[in-house]
Amino acid sequence: MDTADFQDSARTALGDPQLRSNFRRAMDGLMAKRAAMFPDRDEWTRLRSLGAAVRARSLLNLPHLLEKLEERLTANGIHVHWAETVDQGNAIFKEILAQHDAKHVVKGKSMVSEEMHLNHALEEVGIEIIEADLGEYIIQLDHETPSHIIMPAIHKNKEQIARLFSQKIKDAAYTEDVDHLTGMARQVLRKKFANADAGVSGVNVAVAETGTLVLVENEGNGRMCTTVPKLHIAVMGIEKVVERLEEVPPILQLLTRSATGQPITTYVNMISSPRKADEKDGPEEIHLVLLDNGRSRVYSDPELRNTLRCIRCGACMNHCPVYTRVGGHAYPGVYPGPIGKILTPQILGLDVAGDLPHGSSLCNACVEVCPVEIPIAALLVRLRREAVGNGAKALKSAIPPKGAGQHRSRVESWVWWGWALAYRVPWIYRLTGLMLSRFGGLMPATIPLLKEWTSVRSKPRFASRTLHEMASSQEVPND
Amino acid sequence: MTDARAAILSRLRATETKAPPPLQDFQILESRGWSAEEKLQRLRQQMEAVHTEFLDARGQDWPTAVQNWLSQEKLPGLIYGPKSTLGAKLSSQWNNSVPLIPYDRAMEQWKAELFAFEGAGITATRGAIAQTGSLILFTGADEPRTLSLVPPVHIALLNVGKIRDTWRQVMQEQAWVNNMPTNLLLISGPSKTADIEQTLAYGVHGPKRLLVVLTDED
Ligand code: SF4
Repeated sequence: MDTADFQDSARTALGDPQLRSNFRRAMDGLMAKRAAMFPDRDEWTRLRSLGAAVRARSLLNLPHLLEKLEERLTANGIHVHWAETVDQGNAIFKEILAQHDAKHVVKGKSMVSEEMHLNHALEEVGIEIIEADLGEYIIQLDHETPSHIIMPAIHKNKEQIARLFSQKIKDAAYTEDVDHLTGMARQVLRKKFANADAGVSGVNVAVAETGTLVLVENEGNGRMCTTVPKLHIAVMGIEKVVERLEEVPPILQLLTRSATGQPITTYVNMISSPRKADEKDGPEEIHLVLLDNGRSRVYSDPELRNTLRCIRCGACMNHCPVYTRVGGHAYPGVYPGPIGKILTPQILGLDVAGDLPHGSSLCNACVEVCPVEIPIAALLVRLRREAVGNGAKALKSAIPPKGAGQHRSRVESWVWWGWALAYRVPWIYRLTGLMLSRFGGLMPATIPLLKEWTSVRSKPRFASRTLHEMASSQEVPND
Repeated sequence: MTDARAAILSRLRATETKAPPPLQDFQILESRGWSAEEKLQRLRQQMEAVHTEFLDARGQDWPTAVQNWLSQEKLPGLIYGPKSTLGAKLSSQWNNSVPLIPYDRAMEQWKAELFAFEGAGITATRGAIAQTGSLILFTGADEPRTLSLVPPVHIALLNVGKIRDTWRQVMQEQAWVNNMPTNLLLISGPSKTADIEQTLAYGVHGPKRLLVVLTDED
């Protein structure tokens, strides 16, 4: 598992101007498209609180809903499997595929399967698994991992993709025409769909009351994977269940608008059963693998549990100033951006990914756009405390986050102490602010701490007036 | 894997809280009170924005309109479900200027042919959603799933009287909870992708074109 230090990989990424411009352009586009989808503040607020309530309600009843889902799916003829760990999940896949003697597999985009490193696990036992989502197909050709949870190949520009296709696809001529490139992938992948022994997919929402698996997508590869091969295996994190069908529209409308600025995706694919006796197509067998992989531990802490509300829309990364600059590959684990910063340390452990929660400016942009109201910044602060191990707040978690207390550093503890003191004692706070605004500009860039800071960026300019001064001059009430 | 199941459920149960469920206010997803004309206009606007084509066959004989369109576009044939209401009407009025091909066997029996087919597949719809610009398809024995997926052109028949304002409205009126088919689909345009530099390209895996034929009947 890739657990390279976030600080090191971020530094490397910052030195790549092409990468920074690819991300900057893409994120600006996505932010504008999303904003156009929520022109009415009141509507956004109401839809969002409904979405948050739906997810919160699901989590409240999670064990019950999972049992109900299993019962309904089984009644509909869909087999349900439970996996506590990634290894168990992969073993279940291997076993089902072996039973069907399936050697060729096509897969629709699924972040949970990335979490499992499913491709690697299956390739090890001689099974060919082809990514069918265009973005995933591109990065699979180049032996890379996704740099964004919605647009996995967003770090590549079309020249890079053109070169890749001309090298890796048989008889492909070099072209930078996007329609041609798409057409090439269509040709290759149509053959794969028609000849695959099994199709693998993720699940965006599972509905307990009807026993339905819901998938959204634009390309049709998800429909191909879940329709054409005789065997379909779906995989989902245990948190993705809702109780009622009526809870699906708010979640999906928030998801597609937040993710790519679309009122809905091209396809909403709702699967409730394998092929019935009189039907002419569709898989004869469907399996669902429910993956825990640390989620039930996250669930045990009432505050950290909110992490599990996430519907994987990617809006938090699109709006994140850190993500936009360092790109998705700088993050350890498979989920980049703000959601990754709170989820990865809880899944992989604070001992291996504990520096992640620190790589944030706490600017709150993610919190403002999150369609299910996850208090990402508050969770980052909580995880920082857990990682440093000097949290004033005692652990409430029944099962403490993995690796708590592993990232204590003398400087950091000291800085937190100073900050806490300045915050508690108003005159120290005001004096510090006043000194920085009046004399900060005179500080030489070579003094300790500032020297570190300025080694990769310019020295900060301190405002000439403190926020307090500005606020009181504008008669903002002091409360 | 019953052990994994028990372990996961018991961990979740250990900290389950008995808080009252948060309030869910669905008002925002209810009907918008749009007129019939407004519903159609919104649907078209949304769907045309993502390259859907429309053929208005209201007040006309729709099989003839479809046939003329196929000839005009020089498409080599039309696959349909022979047992559906749509199929019966289509075959009784077809003049065979374009070949009409029934989907009357299991997909496996003609997979290669189906995947190589360059023409269109036609399906009925259960209505449409104006707010999101989506068609509703209940697939099944009469209209297989691949009919709207594998041929490069998908033709969908829409009775304009069945357009509703919102998804929630349709779901409730048609009582989906008690009637979920094997595969229920919302389709809002031809297949598309923006995975290469965020540039939109149509027809990546599914149909390259989607034609909605407007009618006043089923
Ligand atoms: S944390 Fe919120 S904004 Fe980020 S991916 Fe999850 S739901 Fe979307």
